[in-house]
Amino acid sequence: MSAGPTAGRGAGAWLTPLVVLAALLAAAGLLGLWRSWWWALLGAGFVLVVLAAEGASRRLPFRFQTPFERALAWLFPLLVLAAWEWLSTSGVLNPRWFPPPSRILGALWDLTINYDRFSGTSLVGRPWLIPARLAEQGWPGVVALFNESHVWATLSRVIIGFALGAVPALLVGMVMGLNRTVRTMLDSTMSAIYVLPKIAIFPILMLVFPDPFGEGPKVTVVAISAFFLVALSTMAGVQGIDKVLLQAGRNFGANRWQMLRHVILPGALPIVFNGLRLALGTALIVIVAVEFVRAKTGVGYLVYYHWQVLGTPKMYAALLVVMVLGVGLTALLQLVERLAMPWRR
Amino acid sequence: MTPKIVAVKATKRYPSKAGMVTALEGFDLEVAEGEFVCLVGPSGCGKSTFLRILAGLDDLTAGEARIVPGADPRRPLNNVVFQEYAVFPWKTVRDNVAFGLQMRGLGKAERYAVVERWLSKVGLKRFADYYPSQISGGMKQRVSIARALANDPEVLLMDEPLGALDAQTRAVLQEELLRIWEETHKTVLYVTHSIEEAVLLGDRVVLMTAHPGTKKSEFVVDLPRPRDLATTATPEFAALTGAIWEDLRDEVRRAMEAQA
Repeated sequence: MSAGPTAGRGAGAWLTPLVVLAALLAAAGLLGLWRSWWWALLGAGFVLVVLAAEGASRRLPFRFQTPFERALAWLFPLLVLAAWEWLSTSGVLNPRWFPPPSRILGALWDLTINYDRFSGTSLVGRPWLIPARLAEQGWPGVVALFNESHVWATLSRVIIGFALGAVPALLVGMVMGLNRTVRTMLDSTMSAIYVLPKIAIFPILMLVFPDPFGEGPKVTVVAISAFFLVALSTMAGVQGIDKVLLQAGRNFGANRWQMLRHVILPGALPIVFNGLRLALGTALIVIVAVEFVRAKTGVGYLVYYHWQVLGTPKMYAALLVVMVLGVGLTALLQLVERLAMPWRR
Repeated sequence: MTPKIVAVKATKRYPSKAGMVTALEGFDLEVAEGEFVCLVGPSGCGKSTFLRILAGLDDLTAGEARIVPGADPRRPLNNVVFQEYAVFPWKTVRDNVAFGLQMRGLGKAERYAVVERWLSKVGLKRFADYYPSQISGGMKQRVSIARALANDPEVLLMDEPLGALDAQTRAVLQEELLRIWEETHKTVLYVTHSIEEAVLLGDRVVLMTAHPGTKKSEFVVDLPRPRDLATTATPEFAALTGAIWEDLRDEVRRAMEAQA
């Protein structure tokens, strides 16, 4: 078997789709098909790119497979962004609703470095001013910087609310998992409240708190959202422990406390963390929604405000910040998860 | 010899949707100190139920089933080797084997010293810091056996411990069990559905019938010790397993029909 034809066919496998793609796009451009046939061209383009990537992957030696897949995971989103940029600047996409990514990045830069005098806020609280403020005004100056930050406002609501909800939920869920009577009493009620969108009880919370527009109702609605998810998944985690492990624990003389510490807690942990991850995501959804309607700070407020004034690049920039917050918080939780459960890798 | 396990008219009934089910009916058994007794019977004959009752994981409805305590009150009465291994996924091999000792409040250095000995006896020394998910089923069952032995109970209760393993691994572990038993001469109650396994390992094989579970007959295994897999090739072994099978065959057939 000679290497020549194999290599030739291999090159064709990834080159041909790309050539076809280029020809297709050029022809569509020349004939002015883009405006009405963009969806078909997009679909065909995607298929051709997949074919090209698969052809290239088949031709690569084994040791390049993993780096290639990693590159693919990064390159494809970049390709999408490039396509978006091009479609938006060429006017196929209405740049008012879909501004090119370059302008969104510019808006994000604007939001980051600038202080909004009108509302007295900035995106991240201008941390580069911390040394100067500390020298001029001491710690109160630094606190003021934190207070002007939209990111910090959202982050603190999510973290405080999440902690206030998740910690009691762990206890309640544990008791529900262990005690049949408590479980029978609470399960139906909890499941009923669980399906209720917690944002719907926000008006009641505003009435309950002395300052309806303050932080109280916002943190509480996050806490309540997290509570039910974490409590029910903790219960499921405790109940889901393999019965034979409980029997082994008892047979080897574990007392109640030792059972909890050595068998039940670690046994429930995987599903508990599932619940925590879901609760964290929900907390972010809820807080952004609340900030849409009742806040003067926070990333959700930023999204909504720039929608109201039709500043779509800044709106997208704020959405981007929400995504970064979500990814960052999830990564943090995953780190805790890895540290808490070294046996699962 | 002093009896270590005593059961007199042990009876277990439990309610189910089809009415009361009798799992065990008037079951008598006596196991002497240092004896290796195998319980054999068709599935549903209550052999595992009896073992779980002795282990304190289930209650009797009537009669008596107990383990006679030894001279040292701190020594645990029994420990179980489960068919499903029941090793804790969140503990390393070392901490799994140390579990019973840890529950009894032994310090780290003390229990690890004991554990180290048992780990080398079952050939797991290299895997001491592994988690169960990183080792094979055969090794997990070794962990489970070492965990029970390290706790040094008066009686070792084994509930079809090799039932979930493939034939080759089972053979290897049978020889390991024989070797370990030669060293320790522990009192063992061993539940299995394999006649060959029972004859290879046990001093005595107790046959049980199903519906209700009770003792049918028993056979003394007078094959010389120490035994190994070569024992299974002797004519004496074949004669004994053949005789037991003669006795059990109708029972198994009846149990199958009852389940159908």
